[in-house]
Amino acid sequence: MADRKQLDWAKIAQDESFIELHKTKTRFLFGWWVALTLFSFMLPLGAGYVPDLFRAKIIGKINFAYLFVIVQIVISMSMSVIYYNWANRVSDKMTEEFIKKVKRGD
Amino acid sequence: MKRITFKIALILISTLLMGGVLGSVVTGDMNVLIGEAVASQSAQPAPVSGKIEANRALTIPMFIIVITITLGIVYWAAKRTHTTSDFYAARSSITGTQNGWAIAGDFMSAATFLGVPGLIALFGFDGLYWAIGPMLAFATILFLAAEPLRNLGKYTLGDILTLRGSEIPVRSTVAFTTFILCIMYLITQLVGAGQLMRLLLGIPYEVSVIGTGILMIIYVLFGGMIATTWVQIIKAVFLMSGGVILFIIAGVKLGFNPVKLFEGVVASTAVQDWVQTGLLKHAVADPGFDYGQRFIEPGLFIKNPWDQLSNCIGFLFGTAATPHILMRFFTVPDAKAARKSVVVAMLLIGGFFLMIASFIGFGAALFAMPQTVLKAGGGGNMASLILGKLLGSEVAPWIGDMLLAYLCAVAFATILAVVSGVVLAGAGGLAHDFYVNIVKKGKCEQREQMKAARIFAIVVGTIGVILTLMCEKQNVAHLGVLAFGIAASGNFPALMLALFWKKTSTSGVIAALLAGTIASVGLVLVSPTMEYPKVIAAQANKIVETLEKKQAEGIVLSEKEAATLAKARKDYEANKNKTSIIGLDKPLIPLKNPGIVAAPIGFLAGIIFSLLLPNRREEEAYSEIHVRLHTGKAISETVGQ
Repeated sequence: MADRKQLDWAKIAQDESFIELHKTKTRFLFGWWVALTLFSFMLPLGAGYVPDLFRAKIIGKINFAYLFVIVQIVISMSMSVIYYNWANRVSDKMTEEFIKKVKRGD
Repeated sequence: MKRITFKIALILISTLLMGGVLGSVVTGDMNVLIGEAVASQSAQPAPVSGKIEANRALTIPMFIIVITITLGIVYWAAKRTHTTSDFYAARSSITGTQNGWAIAGDFMSAATFLGVPGLIALFGFDGLYWAIGPMLAFATILFLAAEPLRNLGKYTLGDILTLRGSEIPVRSTVAFTTFILCIMYLITQLVGAGQLMRLLLGIPYEVSVIGTGILMIIYVLFGGMIATTWVQIIKAVFLMSGGVILFIIAGVKLGFNPVKLFEGVVASTAVQDWVQTGLLKHAVADPGFDYGQRFIEPGLFIKNPWDQLSNCIGFLFGTAATPHILMRFFTVPDAKAARKSVVVAMLLIGGFFLMIASFIGFGAALFAMPQTVLKAGGGGNMASLILGKLLGSEVAPWIGDMLLAYLCAVAFATILAVVSGVVLAGAGGLAHDFYVNIVKKGKCEQREQMKAARIFAIVVGTIGVILTLMCEKQNVAHLGVLAFGIAASGNFPALMLALFWKKTSTSGVIAALLAGTIASVGLVLVSPTMEYPKVIAAQANKIVETLEKKQAEGIVLSEKEAATLAKARKDYEANKNKTSIIGLDKPLIPLKNPGIVAAPIGFLAGIIFSLLLPNRREEEAYSEIHVRLHTGKAISETVGQ
């Protein structure tokens, strides 16, 4: 391994396509994570501070709070699938392109 | 030679276990508690009544089948476990889907399968928070942790935290917190196992704890991560099938109509009575108050919304940084597989929770009834088992027996699989982080590394078993809260700062780990999670006063009220002069879960110490972490590094 070269990580991190990759992923991942977390936090806080809304019967005896829980579980599951498809379609491709670029030595 | 020793060990242990299990068939009375509890319901107005006859002849063989299958897996895995990569990370050869099942298995402990339906059956709506917390936790893992962990890590949390920091201080701190955390988690699981087996089968506490302990050590010792993963996968399949069966039998009775389910729950006199006297402690019914509807409204278990939020935060951050869950991401080959595994796990766990949140949990409240569930013992843990037995027996008695036996076997497999994962994680912390990288400074041959891993697996397992034997009569709920608290407030901030913040320094990582851990322990010790005898005495006294006042007014107490009065007097006498473990009369803070305070303390400590004691070299080294976090090993391989 005589020709092993040291990667200049600092330079790679400054690369335009890397910055673009980082931005795209952060926007999607962090954005959705914050949205999902805030949405979930609305249950304990809402149940505590607007109890009348969360107690309201919506379908038969089923109340708003219960529907909120079910919706929350379903949304979490759906988000995981949405992210999975997005990553396969968008971020994985960007990563591949970027690695190819580094390999070419641009 | 080695092979023969292994075989002998297997045979010895299996004989020992089966002997112990079969021995207790002859002694003791199976399922006395469930039997009594369910039989007593015929006295109450309830939609279903039925007598339970337990069947050990069915349950024991199922346990033996579980033990045989898992030991078979261990034997198969042992032949494939030669290096530390096999032992800690199953050679990173597990596929995304397989790992997804294993993660679901790792997360869904007996606390999920038995505990959450129990909480719902006892506290109604509030039990559902234990289904929401995990979903949020896995979203956090998926979006923030899984892929970076795979891209950067090797075997343990320590590997990630020392990517740019100095080895010794960080490794020793993280090995210490990992060890403490694993032991606490182990104790809660094993105490649960011991109590469960005693309740279900009349097996003495010590026998089941030691038996479970021996099995878990064998799994880890010989089969390492390969065996642990496959035991976990098989257990997850068992667990899901158990859930589906319960869901179907309870659902069919109600035509799979949730509206009908909740109408039933609200109209159930048992539930109404439970909410009035059991939960709200209204000695006399409040006229016009809908006690049935109250059951499906929030706030019967945790009243303070901030406490509930704190509970969610504990889950949210804690799960992502629990060592045995974290380790699972090193068993897959790349980030893509890591991603897929979380998605599979979320679909499985979400599906399971949807079943629990509907016909299983509230079905248990409706059909098995809160009073019965409480009486059956185990803090509500018997709810889904009673439900299965009850509804199965309606079809045919033998179906009820079969179903109960099957569900018991599922619970048993669940406990075995989870404790094995925890022992492996604890051994990883001590052997890989502490022994190999600190004591031996990373200069250690494979053989010696493997030896260390195995010795520490025995050490962790044995300590867990010994402490569990000492905790038989203790309430260990706070240990579970504590384990999650440390993970959420110490490990998680340290991990996030190390992964995503350029300025994080060694001092910052250590500060986050220690401050978060100390804050969690300190807060839990003064929190309402601990037992405060004087508070219990005060509650009992209130009931005594109300009922005595009623008597003084010349009203004759009903039989039930008289019993309540007698029990309250007894509770008052037993508790009035005692204090909590650290000598408190009442909790100093209102929060049961430390997350909302301790996690920010962990983050703040990490940030402040990184800024106060910065390290230029570490800051510069971040570029590499930053790039590899997104690209994984591929980037180094492309240029032959």
